[in-house]
Order: sequence, then C-alpha cells, then structure tokens
Amino acid sequence: MLPVALIVECRMSRFTEDFENPDDAKLLLREIKNLAHSSNKERIQFMEVCGTHTVAIFRYGIRELIPNNIRLLSGPGCPVCVTPNSSIDHFISLSELPGVVATVFGDMMRVPGSDSSLEMAKASGSDVRVVYSSLDALKIARENPDKQVVFFAVGFETTAPTIAATLLTAAREGTQNFFVLPANKLVPPAIRAVLDTEDLALDGLICPGHVSAIIGSRVYGFIPSQYGIGAVVTGFQSTDILYAICLLLRQVVEAKPRVQTQYSRLVSDDGNPAALKIMYQVFEPCDSVWRGLGPIPMSGLKLRSEFSRFDFSERFDVPIPESLEAKGCLCGEVLRGKKEPYDCALFGSACTPESPVGACMVTTEGTCQAYYRYRGRRIQGEDRV
Amino acid sequence: MCLAIPAKVIELRGDMATVDMEGIRREVNVLLVPDIKTGEYAIVHAGFAIGKLDEHEALDSLRLIRQVLGSQREGREEQEEQNEQRQAP
Repeated sequence: MLPVALIVECRMSRFTEDFENPDDAKLLLREIKNLAHSSNKERIQFMEVCGTHTVAIFRYGIRELIPNNIRLLSGPGCPVCVTPNSSIDHFISLSELPGVVATVFGDMMRVPGSDSSLEMAKASGSDVRVVYSSLDALKIARENPDKQVVFFAVGFETTAPTIAATLLTAAREGTQNFFVLPANKLVPPAIRAVLDTEDLALDGLICPGHVSAIIGSRVYGFIPSQYGIGAVVTGFQSTDILYAICLLLRQVVEAKPRVQTQYSRLVSDDGNPAALKIMYQVFEPCDSVWRGLGPIPMSGLKLRSEFSRFDFSERFDVPIPESLEAKGCLCGEVLRGKKEPYDCALFGSACTPESPVGACMVTTEGTCQAYYRYRGRRIQGEDRV
Repeated sequence: MCLAIPAKVIELRGDMATVDMEGIRREVNVLLVPDIKTGEYAIVHAGFAIGKLDEHEALDSLRLIRQVLGSQREGREEQEEQNEQRQAP
C-alpha cells in the first residue's frame, strides 16, 4: 500500500500524450542518426509488422525524418489485408442465403473478393450489417430469433479473444441462431513465413503492440535465436516508435539481437493469461491461407469440437465459388515487404481508396492506402529511400 | 484493425463496465481482464477491455528513455568540450 502522499491521480495523457513530446522526439532522432552512422552500414532494414504501426509511422512522418540508410518496410500485420479472397467469397456467398444476417467489422465491407464485395452484396439485397463488436452481432441474434446471424470472425490475437468471449456468452445463454465464419489468424507463424522469404534481408522487427498485449513478448524469442535479428515490442506514439528504432539500431551496432519490450505499460513477457485461456478454450490452431503469404501451417484458428456448432459452414451448406486474384495486383508482394506500393502499376491509377483493386488499398491500415494518403501518388524520380 | 483506445474504468457491474474513453462514456466487456478495478486504466478493442495499463510502468519507461537520452547528450557534450579544449592553442 502506497503512503497517501505518494498517490498522484493518474491521467489518461500519461499513456498517450506524454509519449508524444517533441523535445523527446528531437533527442531520439539525434540518437538514431548517431547510431545509424556508427553502424557503418549502407542499408539497415527494419520491418514494422503491424498495420497500426504503419499508419502511426506515416502520421508522424518518421520515414522522412530518419537517416537515409534506414529503411522501414511494412509487414503483413493488417488482418483485413491478409484475409484471402476465398474467405471473403465464402462470406459473401453465405450472406446471399435467405434468412441470414451477415455481420462484419466495418473495415471488411469494401474488401474486393473475386468478383464482388460485401458492400456490393448489401446493395444487391443481402442483409449485411456493420458491427463494432462481436457482442453487437450476438445482440442482433437475440433480437432476431427467426434469423441466422453470422459474424465474420477475422482479426489477429488482439481480436480473437473478444470473439471467443462472445461465443462463451452465447453458449452460456444457449443462443441457437448465432454463428461465426472462423477466419482469425495468428501473427508469430506469419512472422516466420516473412523471415523465410528469400532475398529479404531484415535487420530487426518492430513487433505489434496490441497483439503482444495478448500473447506477450516471450513468444518472439525465435526471432533472435533462429533468425539472428532483434525484435522490439512497442507502442503507437512517436516516442514509442522512435525509441524502438533506437533499441533495434543499438542491437545492430552491438551485434546482440534480442527481444526487448518498450511498451511495458501494456505488454508483459507472458501477455494476458486470462485472454489466452478464453481464446484457447474456444479455438485451436489450424493451417490457414494468407493473402500474399499463401498457406502457413498452424497460423489460423478454428473452433474446438465443443464449439463447432457455432461454425456456420459446419451447420449449413454454403456454395463456395472458385476464387480468383485480381490481375496485376501486387498486394501479396507488398505484404511480404518484397515490393513497395509504388512498384505496382495499378497503384494510384486503377487502384485508389475510392475504388480499390487490392485489399491493401481498402483499409486505412493497409500499406497501399497509407502510402496513398500520406505520400501521394507516384512521383517520377522521387527519392523513395 | 488492431486499433485500441485507453479507457478509465468508472463502474464495474459483473462482466461489464462503464468506462471513460477520451471523455465519452461507453459500456465495455471486462471478461478478458478479470482482475481490473474501478479507477484503473485499460486498453479497449472491439467492445472489450483487452489489457490493463500500468501507470507506474508508463512513468518508469518514460523516465528511463529520458535518462538514456540525457546521459548520452551529456556524454556527447563532454566529448565535444574535450575536443574543443584539445583544438584550443
């Protein structure tokens, strides 16, 4: 128990604005320049795995502020972007069945499938509803006992426990008309798939903050031990990201790759045991297909047999159309860090946020949309480093 | 999509809590943070509190960063001073 005099009322800014101090940013940038210089390396490549980091890095203009020999690549950490056409086609197809209410997170509405999107399905008469939480989908099921309500279960470890908790609630209540289409994915196997990509020389990874709130930082141990590069878990404010770059650079300079957590106000070594317990009570790992990365062993989540009655595809026959990928779209290469959006002929012309061809242009956290919004269309001869 | 927002727990009622998110009151589920207490802070994602925010860790990590930056700046200034002295006739 703290003495009363030492108890200071905590402010929300302690977790956010305090980590956005311009004076700290100036000092951190100076430190980054010194470390980049003393590394004696022509090029240092770090990858930010998470889409929320990609957006934060653009918003703060960090790519433009760091020295030229440091390159930040965006990784596969946007759940909307990595959901393959086959999953989207499947969900669109079930939304067209009579008596079905299809519920989704707003980000999924405009993602193009092989030849339609949920937005187009809704315009054609499907009952597609945007929800903020899987709990809202369960509420729709309670209020519409004559309908079959299906939730499109997408998202990483940040989101999967919330869906598991909703399913536990539905099981406890005995709700008979609530289902999911399981399409959740796990981040560490995808990191491994990216690191196994040929010709991608990475010097360190900026690991996701909110995924790590659930899974902890210890799980990233394989990155230094098996791939010989560092991994830093960090938050989303400017100080968080700049300090993470400092820590990774120091690891490069000292040639001592390891896992470090800069986001200790939220992330512990072991994550959130209560959330993990609920997630694995309901789901178990399975092989899963990622857009751009292809099939990755044990990188998805399926319902355990005790909960399989909630899997819509197990209960009802859904016609699954053959999936096609958009011609000329480089989303797959972009998600592996092998290409930049500017390398895609469709970027900014045939593919824009208003009329996206690929998933990376659909969502605000997609790499292509972040480039489009914050750096504009391709400028001939522009220095992109 | 993994966007999550800090919130302060105002009132707990079983699995649910009223939280303050940037001045707005919302109802969130707290099944995933069973030991959370009124007055504590959490990160909220998709209608659920998914992790507790630790204010002591927040203060400590900022203090550490400033300490590291400060000591490096002092070190560099000392070095620069010595260099200047060496260069002086």
